[in-house]
Amino acid sequence: MTEAIKTKYETVIGLEVHAEMKTDSKMFCGCAVVDSTSAPPNTTVCPVCSGMPGTLPVVNRKAVEFGMKVALALGCTINQTSIFARKNYFYPDMPKGYQISQYELPLAEHGQIVINTPRGEETIRVTRVHLEEDAGKLTHIENNGVSHSLVDLNRAGVPLLEIVSEPDIRSVEGARAYGEALRQIVRYLDVNSGDMEKGVIRFEANISIRPTGSEEFGTRVEVKNLNSFRTMERAIEFETERQARVLQAGGSIDQETLGWNEANSSTYSMRSKEDAHDYRYFPEPDLPPLVVDQAWIDVVRASLPELPRARYLRFKEEYQLTDYAASVLTADRATADYFEAVLEHVPTSVSPKIVSNWVTGELFALINQAGTGIEVIKVQPEALAGLVRSVAEGQINPNTGKTVLGEMFTSGRGAEEIVAARGLKQVSDTDFIARIVKDALDENPEEVALYQAGKESVANWLFGQVMRKAKGKANPQVVRAELEKQLTKL
Amino acid sequence: MTELTELTITQALAALQAGDVTSRELTRAYLDRIEKLDARLHAFLHVDPGRALAQADEADRKRSAGDPAPLLGMPLAVKDVLTVEGMPCTCGSKILEGYVPPFTATAVRRLLEAGVVVLGKTNTDEFAMGSSTENSAYGVTHNPWDAARVPGGSSGGSAAAVAAELAPGALGTDTGGSIRQPSSFCGVTGLKPTYGRVSRYGLVAYGSSLDCPGPLAHNAEDAALLFSSMAGKDPLDATSVDVPAPEIRLSNGNLKGMTVGAPKEYFIKGIQAEVEAKVRAAIDQLADLGAEIVEISLPHTEYALPVYYLIAPAEASSNLARYDGIRYGPREAAESMWDVFYKTRGQRFGPEVERRIMLGTYALSAGYYDAYYGQAQKVRTLIKRDFEQAFEHVDVIACPVAPTTAFKIGAHGDDPLAMYLEDIFSLPANLAGIPGLSFPVGFDAQGLPVGMQLMGRHFHEAGLLQTAHIYQQATDWHLHRPALAD
Repeated sequence: MTEAIKTKYETVIGLEVHAEMKTDSKMFCGCAVVDSTSAPPNTTVCPVCSGMPGTLPVVNRKAVEFGMKVALALGCTINQTSIFARKNYFYPDMPKGYQISQYELPLAEHGQIVINTPRGEETIRVTRVHLEEDAGKLTHIENNGVSHSLVDLNRAGVPLLEIVSEPDIRSVEGARAYGEALRQIVRYLDVNSGDMEKGVIRFEANISIRPTGSEEFGTRVEVKNLNSFRTMERAIEFETERQARVLQAGGSIDQETLGWNEANSSTYSMRSKEDAHDYRYFPEPDLPPLVVDQAWIDVVRASLPELPRARYLRFKEEYQLTDYAASVLTADRATADYFEAVLEHVPTSVSPKIVSNWVTGELFALINQAGTGIEVIKVQPEALAGLVRSVAEGQINPNTGKTVLGEMFTSGRGAEEIVAARGLKQVSDTDFIARIVKDALDENPEEVALYQAGKESVANWLFGQVMRKAKGKANPQVVRAELEKQLTKL
Repeated sequence: MTELTELTITQALAALQAGDVTSRELTRAYLDRIEKLDARLHAFLHVDPGRALAQADEADRKRSAGDPAPLLGMPLAVKDVLTVEGMPCTCGSKILEGYVPPFTATAVRRLLEAGVVVLGKTNTDEFAMGSSTENSAYGVTHNPWDAARVPGGSSGGSAAAVAAELAPGALGTDTGGSIRQPSSFCGVTGLKPTYGRVSRYGLVAYGSSLDCPGPLAHNAEDAALLFSSMAGKDPLDATSVDVPAPEIRLSNGNLKGMTVGAPKEYFIKGIQAEVEAKVRAAIDQLADLGAEIVEISLPHTEYALPVYYLIAPAEASSNLARYDGIRYGPREAAESMWDVFYKTRGQRFGPEVERRIMLGTYALSAGYYDAYYGQAQKVRTLIKRDFEQAFEHVDVIACPVAPTTAFKIGAHGDDPLAMYLEDIFSLPANLAGIPGLSFPVGFDAQGLPVGMQLMGRHFHEAGLLQTAHIYQQATDWHLHRPALAD
């Protein structure tokens, strides 16, 4: 698609996000919530979540609390009375033949998420947040030429939060930023693991395009079952192009529900508007209205941690960090907590920026190499603070510091212990340094001659030779000064 | 000597307590009588003599060890829409043929904890949809007073079992009259409690906002005993209400100071003359016992039938979606997944169930919801309000249970609407969620029982039982038993 056509149309996107909530038990029964990608099929199933005749749902208060946390974090108004409703549709992954959801009066409404996009800061309004239950999982297999459909109900009844945005998103980048911000929030609240590959967060995108500058919305399509950021981005890109092509050719967009075909990277029609499901919503007669009183709302509100955006802004302001550093350090709560814990243990002479460099540089590199997470590493914040202090106070030089951190990371031992055991303490003794500088110059007369002939870059090479002689322990500043002194004297 | 099966629950408990009889003897007597008579009546869908006798022996052991459980060793029949762990639960439907539930309904569990012995499961219209048990997929139950007639429904098996002394008491469920109407047709006393007062957990749902388990027995005193052991908040039923199980003390006094309302909308043209006459006579009797009688109006009564036949089928259409032959119940073989569903549901649901699923699906459909289901909910509120206003002036409301006495089997065979009209006097209590009690107040010219209904405000079951008890102390209609030739 040409740039001209790209700028001719604007994409309008609204996202529906389904987030599983990691409560101990399911939404309406006592069954444990397990990792449905690894638990043996149908092992956490009871008469209630398998829809046995005569069973009834009972609301999991923890799930309500989790839902309220997210809603409050999004700045929503909590409805003190909300209503559960039955969404009727017949499919074998839905044991009761209906999903208990919320329809007319959801748990919460009118929130927002602020995101950063290439266009700057944008505010995306959140229409509603409601509670519902997940469906089971169907697997279609073929065995000796006969096809079978297998049902696993472990996931049936797992608490789900549906978060619906207004059609305020205008770009692929915006959609990703919104999705990531939401993922970040539910992880900060410890309501959801954020493990996208396990399907604990899923997207549905409502996508339309309109001539740039137009106020009216175009006809929208709904793309279902987008289970990663990448898939969501590709679906939005694909639809934007497809719809632009249709409109360019003088056609019109059909309102329909689409699926995403991963194999050939395209959307496909699941059903047209005429075939849209009639869910026959009606208030769930098995559950009285869900009432949350102000006192409960206040307790939940008071329990909220500092949220990612607030923390990001504070890190920039209070610690004078760059956008990038503030953003990666607040990407998840564990990292931000870690960073601030290190700060607590370094002397005030050490700037937050230096600590930030250690965390986002060396430590992140080690974590990535090891494929682990900051919450499980052996280097405690106090230990990193000790290392940073040693470097700042000149006891070891920065390069040695990196080596020591590497060893701390694998062994879990403290910086001082490693430095002492391996004799890595930095040497600033000028007599000793003067002697090795002299040795280095004596041993390399050709390079010294080059330097004298005006090739000053040789000084760096000579510096390296001195450091090698000192086994890296010499104070580099002292070495540099002595080297310069002796070279000028020649 | 009196046969053991002629005893009321109260009498039998006294005999058990006195050591005059064991639970095994009592249970054996009922099992023998079932064996002898039920081939003709077909009140039971399932009888489990081994299990019943084992429970009876256990009760006898406990009694000799001093266990004070209030119903220890008392046999009981359970309608087949309430689950009992390990006993088949068909709901009168082929779609649950052979299904054995893995848990026990709370109402039944509480009675088991109170000491009852479960004799078996009684016949019902399929999924409790009907007023005659003719909709049972396993054949009709015959009225013990006249085998050519229906026992009423849907708890027809339970009512017939008590009337024929196949059980001293039984559990039923009432969604639109399903305890009270068969009680009336069979001459027994049946209580539909306040909605939410008895847990619905383990009651296979028909109309979830209306369904109510309740007792059927020979008299109000026995019904009260069963009811107080069943009632109470259940953590497994979010709609159950936190009003403690009532301790009902029935005095033998009079009704002085009580005001009884007779709603004019319940004495209308088309009602069988003898029914009206017997109910009016019973109201006169209440006056003789000291009650003040006033005529009242419940102006929205005529809308109860259409409102009910929108709300109950709407809920049913959703409740019955789970029967797909996959997780429980039999499955019809087919090539594709969807054909399995179509065939299983198509072949195993009966016509009345299909009719109500279609009615309800329609009432909830996009574009029709507001006009049907939504409107019905609004009118339901008006019906509730009628009762609230009435109960500002009266303590109980007295009226017929049903417009007729028991009709002939097949009489409404091809006319579902005529069948629906059987429930016009019983539906309003379900829509309002208030308690209703049916008890015998006479016989028509054919010797068929006539019942009267008392309705009360929410949680006023004790008042209804008290009133009926005082009436039963002064009359003997509840003592009549059908003549069942051996």
